[in-house]
Amino acid sequence: MIFVVAHKELKILFGSPLAWVILALAQLVLTWVFLAHLDTFLEIQPQLIRIANPPGITESIVAPSFALAAIVLLMTTPLLTARLIAEERRNHTLSFLISAPISITDIVLGKFLGLMIFLSVVIALAAALSLSLLAGGTLDFGLLLSNIIGLLLIAACFASLGLYISCLSAQPAVAGAGTLGILLGLWVMDNVAGEEDGITRSFSLLAHYENFNRGIIDTFGLAYFALFILIFLILSIRRLDGEGLYD
Amino acid sequence: MMAERNASMAISARGLCRCFGTRAAVHDVNLELRRGEVLGFLGPNGAGKTTIMRMLTGNLTPSSGTVEICGIDLLGKPREAKACIGYLPEIPPLYRELTVNEYLRFAARLHRVHSAKIHSALAKVTQRCGLSSTGDRLIGSLSKGYQQRVGIAQAIIHDPEVIILDEPTAGLDPNQIREIRTLIRDLAAERSVILSTHILSEVDNVCDRVQIVHEGRTVLDEYMERLKQKGTNLEESFAHFTKNHATS
Repeated sequence: MIFVVAHKELKILFGSPLAWVILALAQLVLTWVFLAHLDTFLEIQPQLIRIANPPGITESIVAPSFALAAIVLLMTTPLLTARLIAEERRNHTLSFLISAPISITDIVLGKFLGLMIFLSVVIALAAALSLSLLAGGTLDFGLLLSNIIGLLLIAACFASLGLYISCLSAQPAVAGAGTLGILLGLWVMDNVAGEEDGITRSFSLLAHYENFNRGIIDTFGLAYFALFILIFLILSIRRLDGEGLYD
Repeated sequence: MMAERNASMAISARGLCRCFGTRAAVHDVNLELRRGEVLGFLGPNGAGKTTIMRMLTGNLTPSSGTVEICGIDLLGKPREAKACIGYLPEIPPLYRELTVNEYLRFAARLHRVHSAKIHSALAKVTQRCGLSSTGDRLIGSLSKGYQQRVGIAQAIIHDPEVIILDEPTAGLDPNQIREIRTLIRDLAAERSVILSTHILSEVDNVCDRVQIVHEGRTVLDEYMERLKQKGTNLEESFAHFTKNHATS
């Protein structure tokens, strides 16, 4: 049943121009930054050779591109999550899903899965961009993999938060703005926290992503992301379960 | 004995109450639908018809009371109970971005129609609702009448025991109303139907029994035949029961 809902989500998503516009724009921004980093790298390459242990192309091109990809996802996921539940409510289709013999968990997980498949496409395109470097050099696949895992996890965090906010509203625009506001808040929190270890830093999504970005997959980061995703998925299920109570 | 009696009921709802804040929208309503029966559900606007229907389909949790669908407790086993219902809400729940066939296929999968049978179920239901020629069109581009038909089609695609239709003929032209009425009569031959409407002649035409609610309470629950025997006109009784209470 989860797959039936996910399938419908993807069908509607790709039936609208929104998905294609987001894919195109994300790819445009990523490619631009990727090429800029590539350009800088080629310029300083002669000097780099003289250093004993020079940074490779993965470190100096792929990692910064992925760092930016996280920001691109932070900006675009709210556009996609906004409609998940709020639009069903506004179009009166939510009662269609609730009247069907499926559980609320199926609905929420189906929608989450559908969105994650779409976000995976964005991430796959970013990864393909990095793989194009193989044409002129070798890649550190460990670092690339850690970046992909990190990006997938942080995208899942954005998606689950957005899904929950969408459950609270009947207006997609309000849900989108709310999600974007919270995500921007989390980003600012990361900037305020600075470099030193503190409680704000432990709570910042992007600070944990930074570790993955540098190739460090630590259990604290994994646990943090998993908890974040789980909490907002459970909150969404509980909110929709109570739909008939508060209405 | 009790359980046996309930199993022969398509719907048995007892003591339904629902409050919105301090206002009681529905107060102690009992509703019974026997198998193979068509129940006309009447009442002025704001009487609580839609609220009751939403409670019968599991969209709204009753403040108190019980609902059994084909003998299955709706609150205890929602999934099993919901599988027996086909529901067309007041505003048809349509995805404008999907084509008619895509949408109906999704509805069938959602209602656990076996994947091998989806094709024949789709063919049957589109033929029945007169949608055969519009299968590949986007729902958003269809006229109101066709959208209403798609709404009915999604309610019956899984061949449910009980069909609940909330004002299925609202906003349609006379020809479409006649077609949909014929369709409802067809459905009624094999299934139990609850039909909410404002058109009294529709009830006269297709229903076996009529239940009138007013201000959240049942004011009349009678077989059409018995009404006719008594020589009472449906329109008169409707006016009598709903006006009386408004002034008292």
